[in-house]
This record gives sequence, C-alpha cells and structure tokens, in this order.
Amino acid sequence: MANTAKIPVPVATPETLHFWEGTKSGELRLQKCDECSHVYFPPRPFCPGCASRKVSIFKASGKATLYSYVINHRPHPAFDGPYSIAVVELEEGPRMMTNIINVDQTPEALILDMPLEVTFKPLSDDIHLPYFQPGGATS
Amino acid sequence: MKPNSVAIVGAAETTELGKIPSLSQLQLHADAALNTLKDAGLGLSDIDGVATAGESPTNVAHYLGITPTWVDGTSVGGCSFMLHVRHAAAAINEGLCETVLITHGESGRSGIGRGMFRGGGGASLQGQFESPYCAMGPPTIFTIPFLRYMKETGTTLEQLATVAVIQREWAAMNPRASFKDPLTVEDVMNERMIAYPFTKLECCLVTDGGGALILTAAARAKDFPHKPVYILGTGESVETPMISQMEDMTTSKAFRVSGAKAFAEAGISHSDVDHLMIYDAFAHLPFYGLEDLGFCRKGEAAGFIEARNTAPGGQLPLNTNGGGLSYMHSGMYGMYALQESVRQLRGTAPAQVDNASISVCHGVGGMFAASGTVIMGNAIP
Ligand SMILES: [Zn+2]
Repeated sequence: MANTAKIPVPVATPETLHFWEGTKSGELRLQKCDECSHVYFPPRPFCPGCASRKVSIFKASGKATLYSYVINHRPHPAFDGPYSIAVVELEEGPRMMTNIINVDQTPEALILDMPLEVTFKPLSDDIHLPYFQPGGATS
Repeated sequence: MKPNSVAIVGAAETTELGKIPSLSQLQLHADAALNTLKDAGLGLSDIDGVATAGESPTNVAHYLGITPTWVDGTSVGGCSFMLHVRHAAAAINEGLCETVLITHGESGRSGIGRGMFRGGGGASLQGQFESPYCAMGPPTIFTIPFLRYMKETGTTLEQLATVAVIQREWAAMNPRASFKDPLTVEDVMNERMIAYPFTKLECCLVTDGGGALILTAAARAKDFPHKPVYILGTGESVETPMISQMEDMTTSKAFRVSGAKAFAEAGISHSDVDHLMIYDAFAHLPFYGLEDLGFCRKGEAAGFIEARNTAPGGQLPLNTNGGGLSYMHSGMYGMYALQESVRQLRGTAPAQVDNASISVCHGVGGMFAASGTVIMGNAIP
C-alpha cells in the first residue's frame, strides 16, 4: 500500500482501548467469556453469547484463514492499484475485516481458506492497524 | 400485525425518475407525496400519520403542512419502507392514526439538498474495525460475502451475470426503466470491474427519484379510486451493522427471520405466490433472497434463475420493473420494489404478470444489516 496517511484512523473507546493497546505492542487481543468460554470480537465488556460481564482479554495466535473478499478496482489514495478488502476467520473463531497484504492482489493469488498471519502497521502514534498476509498455517 | 386489516390505497412515484437536478431531496418526497394523494383521491388534511427514512418525518410533515398524530422515523436503510408499512398497519389497528403517508425521496445522483451520510465516525465499531481497510461504499462491502457463497454452493460468475441479463429483459418492457437495451452474459462479464468479482452491470444504478404510499384500514379501502392492495403479512429483523460480523456469509439471518415471519402472518405457502420482488442492489441478492425466503433450497437459486423461472414467461416473475440493476436505484430502493408490487396487484404494471393476486416484496437495509418483508394481495383471502 502506498500511503497510510490516507487511511481513516480509528478512534478508541473505553471498551476497545485494550485492543488498540495490544496492536501497538504487536498483539492481536480477543476476549473470552469466563462463564461460557465464548470467544468474540469486536470488543465489548460482556459476553454476547450469555450476557455475562465476567470476561477476560487474551492474546490471539494471529493465525487466520481467508473467509471471503473483493478486490476493489476503483482508485483509492491509500493504494497504488487494485486491493483486497477481506474478511478473515481467526484460529480462535471470530472473524474480522482486513486487507490481505504482501501478496498479488489477484483471484489467482487470493484463495479462499488459505492460511494467513497477522502483521501490524502504524497509522498514528496510538493506532497500529492489524493486517493479514500469507503464512502461519494453522495446526 | 393482524393479517388483512390494512390496505394500500394510494401509491405513486415521482413524476420523473433518473437525473433530476431541478429538485431537492425534500421536494422529491413532496412530489411523490402529492402524486400519491392524487392517486388516492385524498388531500393533505386527510393524512394523520407520516413515516419516512433518510429524512426526518418532522421535515416531511412540516414541509407538506401535515400535523400528524403518529410518526415513524425508522431508518434502517433501503428496506425502511417495508418496516414503515408494518409499523403503520400496527398503528392503524391500534387507533393511533387512520391514514398513513409513507414517503421516500432521494437525490442519489444529483445530490441536491441531500443531508450528510450518517455513519458513526472513527469511534463507531465500523469506524474502528472496518473503515480503516478502505472499503469504498456498498460496491466494496455488500459484495464481500459472494466469493464465500460461490465456494459453498458451486455458483458461477456466469450465473451471477445471468441475473443482470434477465432483469434487463424485464426492464425492456418498462418505459420508465433507466436501461432497456438487451444484454448478454458476455456483455455483463466484460464490463469494467468494480470490485472483483462484480462488474459495473452487476452493481445498481445511482439515480434520483422518490415514491410514496398511503395506507388505511381495510374496511375503508373500497372507497378509494383504485383496487385496494391488502397487507397479508409482514416481517422485519436486523442482523449486524458490520458485514464482517455476519454469522454466515452464505445466508442472511435478517432475511430468514423477516421472511418467515411474513409468511407465517400471511398464512400462505410459496406456491401461492404469483409475483416476487427481491431488493437487488447487487446481482447476488436475488440468490440470497430466493433461498432465505424459502423459494429455493440452499445453492439452487442460481440454477433456478438460469432456467428462466424468474424471467418473463417463467413461473415466478421476479423484479419485474427491471430492479435496482436496470430500473432505478436512488440509494434506498425499497420504495420502488413496493410500488412495483402494488402496480402488479392493481393490474397496471408495464410488464404485467397475468392474474397476479399475491406478491411478496422483500427488502434489505444497509449491507445485509436489516430486512423487511411485505406480502400483499388484491383480495382478502
Ligand atoms: Zn458467555
């Protein structure tokens, strides 16, 4: 990608601060319910499975697979050419949006269910954004 | 809602559709409202309920000079008008008002007098966990689930293109459709790529326009100039504002919940349905709609369309105005789907389906975020 200055920068809230503190220190953090073991994303201080407020933050493996995507062909100032907008499935279960980077942005190179691993790029002093790239085959 | 208790007695679109730089968005609401009042033979003072989306009901009521006893500003995207029909029926049954005006107007193409896009900003969940990945509006978000759907169902890109080809056949019969020239599968697939795998012709139009409906109690419905269109059953639901958080990208939970509720209320089976509208902002939506409403089994919708079941002359005419792909799409298309269902049940559609007596009209809001379903009939069963 060409220009991270053109990317809309997330604004953390009290409920999501742990996530952004994590990415800044190179960790992808998820939450897990202490009552029913449900692992979930995006962050919130209660379990969307059982409504328990007893939840824990933990470091995810950073491994994922490619669930679905498009390749945007319209120009965007942050990118040099067509780029993927993807949803990945984390090894722990939750899914998240991302761009798949460090790989050709073509249907031939982006194969559903291919193994991916997280990597981080700074957008500002406080916000480091998680991206995914090929690698890190899940066990 | 109580089935069969409420009817649509007025329905009309704006005088023009397409590119209308001479009218602000608010005036598009008013133009549609005035045409609909005329259609119903009513005056402004007859209206005591107002519902709208994309514009506040306060703005619309004041601009038209209506003092309502009931308003609904439910705004969950392009299917909001399906939800307004449902809520209006409940309000009329409860005695909160007698005669409801539902309006839509959108300067989607010209952007005249258009309010700011809503959106949560950088601190919303979308702002934090989706926007930084530089999606550029619906063509790059609504389309994300389809590669997963293709892999799970074996659906092909040729079959996706076929949706646009067949809807163009319907549009060719409609003088008000934006695009009427015939298309081939090759034409669709060779068009400019917008967001792989979707080409330009698999994405909706962007136009200006509006439409409005008037509803009242079924007991009064025969006193109006046009054949009443009775509300047989309705449904609504929401799933997630974030496409990345859909439970399953091969099916919409909001579609399934809304559709099942509407069919249960109406007490009809799928074989009773003569005419179907499925909000088609993009060419994959009819696949999801046909399967999630129960017309097709999982993975069979593309073959069903390819076999011309939904084409002119087919057993289940679908998107007979040409749809969002060929008729018009202002941004919140649900109103135009409802208008086409009303025309079909009145017997006044340009591409009229023979003996259409039950129509299912199914809308989507946001990007698989919300859904509303209205089942209508031209007789009380
Ligand atoms: Zn739990």
